[in-house]
Amino acid sequence: MAEIKLTDLTKSYGPTEVLHHVEGEIKDGEFIVIVGPSGCGKSTLLRMVAGLETVTSGEIAIAGRRVNELEPSARDIAMVFQNYALYPHMSVRENMAYGLKIRKLSKAEINKRVEEAADILEIRQYLDRKPRQLSGGQRQRVAMGRAIVRDPQVFLFDEPLSNLDAKLRVQMRLEIRKLQQRLGVTSIYVTHDQVEAMTLGDRLMVLNGGYVEQFGTPIELYDRPASVFVAGFIGSPAMNFIPAMVEGDTMVLSTQAKLPAISSYRGAALLGIRPEHLTPDENGPIAIDVDMVEQLGANTLLHGKLNGSDHEMVASVPGHVSTETGAQHRFSVASELLHLFDPATEKRLEA
Amino acid sequence: MVERRPLTSLLTHFVLVLGVIAIALPIWITFVAATHDQYRMNQVPLPLWPGTHLWDNLSQTLFGAGLSGTEGAPVWLMLFNSLAMALMISLGKIAISLLSAFAIVYFRFPFRMTCFWMIFITLMLPVEVRILPTFEVVANLGMLNSYWGLSIPLIASATATFMFRQVFLTVPDEMLESARIDGAGPMRFFWDILLPLSRTNIAALFVILFIFGWNQYLWPLLITTDTSMTTIVMSIKQMLEAAEQSPQWNIIMTTALLAMIPPIFVVISMQKLFVQGLTETDK
Amino acid sequence: MLKRVHFPSSPLPYLLVAPQLAITLVFFIWPASQAMYQSFLIEDAFGLGSEFVWFENFEVLWEDQHYLDAFWRTAIFSLLVAALSMGFALVLAGFAQRVVRGAMAYRTLLIWPYAVAPVLAGALWVFMFNPTLGIFPYFLDFVGIDWNHYLNGNQAMALVVMAAAWKQVAYNFLFYLAAMQSIPNSVIEAAAIDGAGPGRRFFNIILPLISPTTFFLLVINMVYAFFETFGIIHAVTQGGPGTSTTILVYKVFNDGFVGLDLGGSAAQSVVLMVLVIAMTVVQFRYVERKVEY
Repeated sequence: MAEIKLTDLTKSYGPTEVLHHVEGEIKDGEFIVIVGPSGCGKSTLLRMVAGLETVTSGEIAIAGRRVNELEPSARDIAMVFQNYALYPHMSVRENMAYGLKIRKLSKAEINKRVEEAADILEIRQYLDRKPRQLSGGQRQRVAMGRAIVRDPQVFLFDEPLSNLDAKLRVQMRLEIRKLQQRLGVTSIYVTHDQVEAMTLGDRLMVLNGGYVEQFGTPIELYDRPASVFVAGFIGSPAMNFIPAMVEGDTMVLSTQAKLPAISSYRGAALLGIRPEHLTPDENGPIAIDVDMVEQLGANTLLHGKLNGSDHEMVASVPGHVSTETGAQHRFSVASELLHLFDPATEKRLEA
Repeated sequence: MVERRPLTSLLTHFVLVLGVIAIALPIWITFVAATHDQYRMNQVPLPLWPGTHLWDNLSQTLFGAGLSGTEGAPVWLMLFNSLAMALMISLGKIAISLLSAFAIVYFRFPFRMTCFWMIFITLMLPVEVRILPTFEVVANLGMLNSYWGLSIPLIASATATFMFRQVFLTVPDEMLESARIDGAGPMRFFWDILLPLSRTNIAALFVILFIFGWNQYLWPLLITTDTSMTTIVMSIKQMLEAAEQSPQWNIIMTTALLAMIPPIFVVISMQKLFVQGLTETDK
Repeated sequence: MLKRVHFPSSPLPYLLVAPQLAITLVFFIWPASQAMYQSFLIEDAFGLGSEFVWFENFEVLWEDQHYLDAFWRTAIFSLLVAALSMGFALVLAGFAQRVVRGAMAYRTLLIWPYAVAPVLAGALWVFMFNPTLGIFPYFLDFVGIDWNHYLNGNQAMALVVMAAAWKQVAYNFLFYLAAMQSIPNSVIEAAAIDGAGPGRRFFNIILPLISPTTFFLLVINMVYAFFETFGIIHAVTQGGPGTSTTILVYKVFNDGFVGLDLGGSAAQSVVLMVLVIAMTVVQFRYVERKVEY
């Protein structure tokens, strides 16, 4: 059980800095998801915590102990890899026992731990098989089992579900969450999948281009995204962004669409509206000329252009909506659900 | 195959059988010659069908006087010498190549590239082109007429190092990362993970190198003057020379047969590994 | 070239490369540089001293008609060996890949010559073509050919070419078969739907698709014929009759060990080294396109 502290953490490859001054505190037993597009530095950050990448500057502390210079095996961590990294020539049992054997635990202790972990993960009947005789989901469990038997202070997950098919991914996602809650081990989980991130994490760290864009609970990220990037990354379909001009008491989106101002900010801004927050309203201020309709069953996505402008917009409407292309639909939106961003810095403009 | 016409199928097998006959003919003739007595082997035309003297010829060749008129070593000793040389070359080469490939792939150290290029350059220097000075080196080191002299100069070659390097590069990085998290040091990782993972490649390379070692000719010819160090492959040439005086083709061909059997046996019994090794070493 | 993660620095890697480096230095790099150095020396008639003469040994080679003849002979020899063994292997592989069941059996029956030492291959062929006893001269006599490779230079050349090509067929066959089997079946089927018969498919589809293999094998076979056929020549003809089968590798050996012309032999070695390096570079160009380092 341990808390993790990242202080002013920087990583460079030669002259190229790939992680910039990352700060963060992870509480004991917390499940943290690092999320971001590929190449944002999320895996690098995780691997630095694991000790597989060196730290250029700054400090990583696990349970109050500086670990920058420690070998991975000395950090009391366990890691689940994207491709599982099971040793193909060893049986499931040997795979799980290997780290314990190196730590010179007694045979009885090793067997006890391996079998306990196997029971938790329901892989006991596969203990004597080789990895290649297992399905993707079973391999995934073995990889987790290998992490569990070490009884570490920290679990590290590097996109562990991305090699599974969609259905299995949802199932394993739930299992990982349940397992973590049961064991109460501090965990860091890296993914590029925002749904996975939202469902798994106690808190999410959104990385973009080596910068931490926001670090908060899923609901904070959804309700109050700190930047255009976070706003666009979290939520599906993605948030609509419309350039707006705030003059006096009104925000002008286009010649037709005008909304009341929501903050004291005046001048050019970027207005964000989530598609699911657009409510059909015959007298609403926002008119969309629909050119494409996606029927998803539970809801309907209406794609089109904001009337009187070239801005693409999407509205998500509950239930079935029958419409034809070219038709105009009007919407209103509650002002507390609007997000305003600075067009230059792309940061959130607070009320 | 797309079509399945009896006629094309027949033609295909016909051509292949002809090919097999053409390829196998020299070996067949060798075998036939080893089954007749000396008298029959001096009559024209020579037989094309096996006779009944195989065991006589074998026992005379292996344990008897062998070819009369030559002061050679007994054939069993030559076979032993060949085996020793082939094993030393193949196992030695595999051992040093595994180690150096491991160092080059898994460590970063000063002069890494220098080492790499020094090994690489040997790819371009077959023994034939540096034969005289290499002979001098071996002579100065007092390694003439020894198993060391027979094998060590042929051990260092880049091909095996390159193959293992290729193999190691295809081992996923996560294997090492996972092993490090498990607390395995470099040599432990090498023994527990890397070696078991490359065992088919090692076996495949062994087949190739065993044949390479067994079939060495020019090098043993130069550095062995003592008849007790003669290898079986070398002895054939001496026998051919002797044959000009007293043709004992039955014995010569029995010896040739004995010289061919071990490498052919290795190739046929490990055919799958051999094919894999061949195509991977050269690519 | 190097793993993303590596072990922390320690003296260990030096220990690991030490055996190979030591052997390489002592038995490869040192002798090769000796060969270079000697190629610039001429020994006096009594072998007592030697004189540094720069490129004189090479100039002598360049003007030596025997050497130039050997050069051309080697070129012709290796081309003949490559053409014969590759052609034979190509035909066999072309038919073998059409066989559904039994392809492995044919492969097994075709690969053993690879395991036969060159000098043994030479011995087998010399036995089959022995002018007085051999089975082939006996049959050739019926069609009016008087075979004696001890006297007839062209026949001697033909014999070493056949022996050398025979040994290499197995190797070429394996590579051709592997290349043909790696062509997706759908391509062959598409051609069949387009109306191409087996022969047409072979020439229009298979042959162009395996051309990289052909090129690769050509280089390999040339290198083989240049260097690895020493044993065959030594067993079959000893370079004769006259010098009609003296190829470069044989001449290096002969001039150095038999003729004891160290400088001249060393110069020939250096020329050979340059040739090997050229061929290796060509080969690696090809390899690099296929394999990522």
